[in-house]
Amino acid sequence: MSTNVEGWKDEVYGEEIREHLFEFAEEGWESIPDDEHDAWFERFKWWGLYHQRNGQESYFMMRIGTPNGVLEPGQLEVVADIADEYARGPADNPEFGGAYCDWTTRQSIQLHWIRIEDVPEIFDKLEANGLSTMQACGDSWRNIVGCPVAGKDKHEHVDAWPVAEQLHEEFKGNDAYENLPRKWKVSVTGCDEGCGQGDINDLAFEPARKEIDGEETMGFNVRVGGGLSRKEPRFARDIDVFCTPEDAPKVSAGMSALFRDHGDRDDRFNARIKFLVDEWGTEKIRNTLQEEYVEYELPSAGDDLREQYTYNAGRQDEHGDHIGVHEQPDGNYYVGLNVMVGRMGVDDVRELASLADEYGSGEVRLTQRQNVIVTDVPEGSLDAFLDEPLLEDYSPDPHPFMRGSIACTGTEFCSLSIVETKNRQVRYARWLKENVELPAGIQDFHIHLSGCTASCAQPQIADISLRGMKTRKDGEPVEAFDIGLGGGLGEDPHFADWIAMRVAADEVPGYIRNVLAAYEDESGEESFREFIAARDEEELEALAEPEETDYADPYMHNTKMTWYPYADEDEMDDRPTPARADGTPITADD
Amino acid sequence: MSIDVHQLDAGAWISVNDSREVSVSNLWRLARQEFCGCEMADFLAEGFVEVGVDTRAIEARIAGQCIACGASGVTDWLAVGRVLDGEFRPVVPESVHIPCRRSRLARPASLE
Repeated sequence: MSTNVEGWKDEVYGEEIREHLFEFAEEGWESIPDDEHDAWFERFKWWGLYHQRNGQESYFMMRIGTPNGVLEPGQLEVVADIADEYARGPADNPEFGGAYCDWTTRQSIQLHWIRIEDVPEIFDKLEANGLSTMQACGDSWRNIVGCPVAGKDKHEHVDAWPVAEQLHEEFKGNDAYENLPRKWKVSVTGCDEGCGQGDINDLAFEPARKEIDGEETMGFNVRVGGGLSRKEPRFARDIDVFCTPEDAPKVSAGMSALFRDHGDRDDRFNARIKFLVDEWGTEKIRNTLQEEYVEYELPSAGDDLREQYTYNAGRQDEHGDHIGVHEQPDGNYYVGLNVMVGRMGVDDVRELASLADEYGSGEVRLTQRQNVIVTDVPEGSLDAFLDEPLLEDYSPDPHPFMRGSIACTGTEFCSLSIVETKNRQVRYARWLKENVELPAGIQDFHIHLSGCTASCAQPQIADISLRGMKTRKDGEPVEAFDIGLGGGLGEDPHFADWIAMRVAADEVPGYIRNVLAAYEDESGEESFREFIAARDEEELEALAEPEETDYADPYMHNTKMTWYPYADEDEMDDRPTPARADGTPITADD
Repeated sequence: MSIDVHQLDAGAWISVNDSREVSVSNLWRLARQEFCGCEMADFLAEGFVEVGVDTRAIEARIAGQCIACGASGVTDWLAVGRVLDGEFRPVVPESVHIPCRRSRLARPASLE
């Protein structure tokens, strides 16, 4: 039996949702029939709108899909203006203020506290500047990710940017692929650093070379069925297919049609293609793709470049994360700036846009590590750019604890999260920087903090993986984390081993300090990842203990039970929601 | 009277008659349960896997973890609340609950 979501999708889905959305916007929040909330909120996701969590009714998260994280000149300023004008809620965030932009782990942008009445105006402004929220959420082609400096990277063997652009053009708003059984995440990468993170995508194009008709051809090997969610992580699997950049749209169309037709629409928890790959195996996937969905003979896989991957590969000789100053093939430079937990206040976003315009081409790019890159800076302008005050807060040479931090949205806005995330991760990173000396030789140390098993912060592929949990302390329930060690990507990707479970949130920094001390004491020449991999579960459990320190955590209580964790009056009964367009709360008497 | 029940947003919450009523992240005390070896499981709800209606009782199978022993998995059916006079009355998660195997088929979501 199909799920209720499939039933709602059968009635209205895809582009046609827009006209309904605009009607509701015109008439106001209260015009959405009470008994149709679930159906419409599910559908609105297709247009990038996600109803915020319980206690924040009538406010939406809006996601803007920027393919490959590329913001063309002028676009970032538009985003800042929209965030400033429309993304303000009834309470401020103590770290980030009243309006801010989030850069996501899929190179997209998220704004919060959006009111449905403002959506048509926001869409007008976005679309007039080549931006869109289409298919940013929902069951269809999501934002395409890849190496964030595609087309401007000396490590690149195939220019993947035109391929990503073409896939974006072809599969956004394409009614043949607008209603899939579940989300469809695609990565296209042409560089040899592995920063496209193809391994954790539904469909991945990774650089490869193959001799075709006697000529060496650069293109992609195809992998299928990666993903991290729901305690069922999978790396994408090699289906033994090589394709040229020209054929990437054909393989993409074939694979997403195969998923559309054969994915499980009866059980959303079993719907992602990773489960179909489990069930069928790669040979059947390949054969079905060849026989039913592609009209040319698929070449077998070529030679990949995975042994050269440096990004998140557990190595300390190269970062591979595009932070810092790097020369482009055209002689200009790109400068990657660290953004703690991917969130910037709007004034900083506007300043960044202005600096990109002044020193570079105006283009800004977003990375899967929630950071930003200013491209096309001439050599002669570099020093002046690096002296700009904004770069004191968004450093091109950050401390490893700052550089390595990623956090998802958390209980601030998200329905699924168990714990507060972004503000806590900021506090963790600051405490670690002040109190923990990294063992000699460690330049990269990734700590990924995810509020729940959905794994939006990609915890399983970090040196330290933090996944939201609860425990009891002195009998009282407090926010906590399961802690994993030794995850990462690279030639031989590895998911973290879950070692310390249900650690109270205020004991996590002490645990990390103790793990690093044990590593320093016991390791020889091993990298941290090798050190973890060389020990069995029992040894790892004995490695370190959680410990209270002078780190103070203001979010130990059940933040999910508040209407907003940082409000002065945070009880659910104090919520000023739902609200009308002007922010006045709608009471039960209205 | 119809009762419309859904689990939504990847199992983040249970909607009863289009109102978000039961959320993940609560701790539930489970007795006489087969989920883990604890006499009383201290169970963190991480996701609602299935929802159904039995007369006026809203029931769910919940994915999560016992924070006392660490066992994780999916519970048997648990009553999460009742609909009385058209209004949802939730149970108190931290009081004691007894999961049950169904002796007859659950009525899944969206029922008349």
